[in-house]
Amino acid sequence: MESFRQAFELLFPPDRELLQIIGVTLRMSFFSTLISCLIGLPLGSLIGSKSFRGKSFIKKLIHTLMGLPPVVAGLIVYSLFTHYGPFGKLNMLFTVRVMVVAQVMLITPVVIGLTSSFIESASKPVIETARGLGFSGLKTARLCIGEGRSSLFSVVLNAFGRSIAEVGAVSIVGGNIQWKTRVMTTAIMLETNKGKFSFALALGIILLIIAFAVNAVASFIVKENADG
Amino acid sequence: MKRIFAVLLALILVAGLAACGSKTETEPESTSQVVETPENPVIRLSTTTSVNDSGLLPYLLPAFEAETGYKVEVQSAGTGAAIQKAIDGNADVILVHAKASEEEFIDGGYGVERLPFMYNYFVIVGPKDDPAGVKDSADAATAFAKIRESESKFVSRGDESGTHKAELKIWGDIAPDAESDSWYISAGQGMGACLTMASEQQAYCLTDKATFLSMQDELDLDIVLAEGEDMKNTYSLIAVNPEKIDGLNTDGAQAFIDWMLSDEASELIAKYGEAEYGVALFNLL
Repeated sequence: MESFRQAFELLFPPDRELLQIIGVTLRMSFFSTLISCLIGLPLGSLIGSKSFRGKSFIKKLIHTLMGLPPVVAGLIVYSLFTHYGPFGKLNMLFTVRVMVVAQVMLITPVVIGLTSSFIESASKPVIETARGLGFSGLKTARLCIGEGRSSLFSVVLNAFGRSIAEVGAVSIVGGNIQWKTRVMTTAIMLETNKGKFSFALALGIILLIIAFAVNAVASFIVKENADG
Repeated sequence: MKRIFAVLLALILVAGLAACGSKTETEPESTSQVVETPENPVIRLSTTTSVNDSGLLPYLLPAFEAETGYKVEVQSAGTGAAIQKAIDGNADVILVHAKASEEEFIDGGYGVERLPFMYNYFVIVGPKDDPAGVKDSADAATAFAKIRESESKFVSRGDESGTHKAELKIWGDIAPDAESDSWYISAGQGMGACLTMASEQQAYCLTDKATFLSMQDELDLDIVLAEGEDMKNTYSLIAVNPEKIDGLNTDGAQAFIDWMLSDEASELIAKYGEAEYGVALFNLL
């Protein structure tokens, strides 16, 4: 209960550093979700709707990558962007941008995997109906997306949820630098290491509130669009 | 049927005897005196990363455990967390290095007595070409002033660990502000992660010598200042107070403290590091 009191005190009035951390967290999660959806939604739809040679292999590969441990993704990205690594010249290590790179590596397989299995299972009847009605390919695709809006929407939110909750990869490549790359999860980890367990839990409560708010806003927007 | 049983029984007996025989043979003669396992054999030691990750505890504990029959469960974290775990009743004894926090711990009634027993020096590490020119500084405070003046990059633990507290004490009145001084990087991570970051960013960093030496091969950094009066780093043992916290293994904690302060342990500590790094990592008080 101490944690709830501390969470309240941090939010009213809002702590300046907390706001900055929340800002970095949202920026990182938004861009990683956006990029992985730009890659993953079309690729997932393609894999889900077409049948081709090696499809089952690709699906297995994607399912394996869906379980990629974040620390491993962090290590891979770290070794790419380290000073003497292949992209060391870009000087991107310990920036928010490289955190987005690591997140995209983690989330894209999830988006591809979820999208393709959704398209495979849910869209088949829609496609068949559309074909029966003699609809064009474009119209069919639009119908699919219209029908499956809520499922695709949950894919996007799933990606966002993963991104905002991840700690292993972002602490390796971001470095948890104060006023720069510290996000909610690495801040929680830091407070835990400091031994301030109830304060860490207060930050956890705030993280949940943020995630809830983002979900609520996103569903509101989607509902508005559907009605309009 | 009976005969088969008899044969089986004989085989089992022979196998059992053989196992016993080989066991007694492999045991070294020096431990011929039997060590009785204490009633409560598990000691929970909460300590800082520098003591555990430097290899000191893994080096000392087997001797203690063989002699006394205790089993030490080591939890290592920053000094702040190490002390908090003891306050939460999750440790019997602590081994830490932050005098002010230790005294607070005792004043709060959580600790019995602060027993400083060994020390080493913090060192300042930095880029090999030493851009801030801290090399011949008289002490750490002078070196830090030069780093501040030249605005050379500096990685701080920023995690309220013993090392972080020592760093803040050295900065004193001229402590940088992580928000406005962009050269001052407050990493909020363990020593290893901070050293890696300092190497990547070619920044200065205050570290315990043991962790730096154990990672030196992977780092593009040198020790730029090794000894100064303000760089002394003292480690203490504190038994958790059974009058304040219940469920403690107080006998175990006392046995561990007695052993750590014994001549035998002192000798082992004084020698630690010589074989691997050519220098002792810890000195006795």
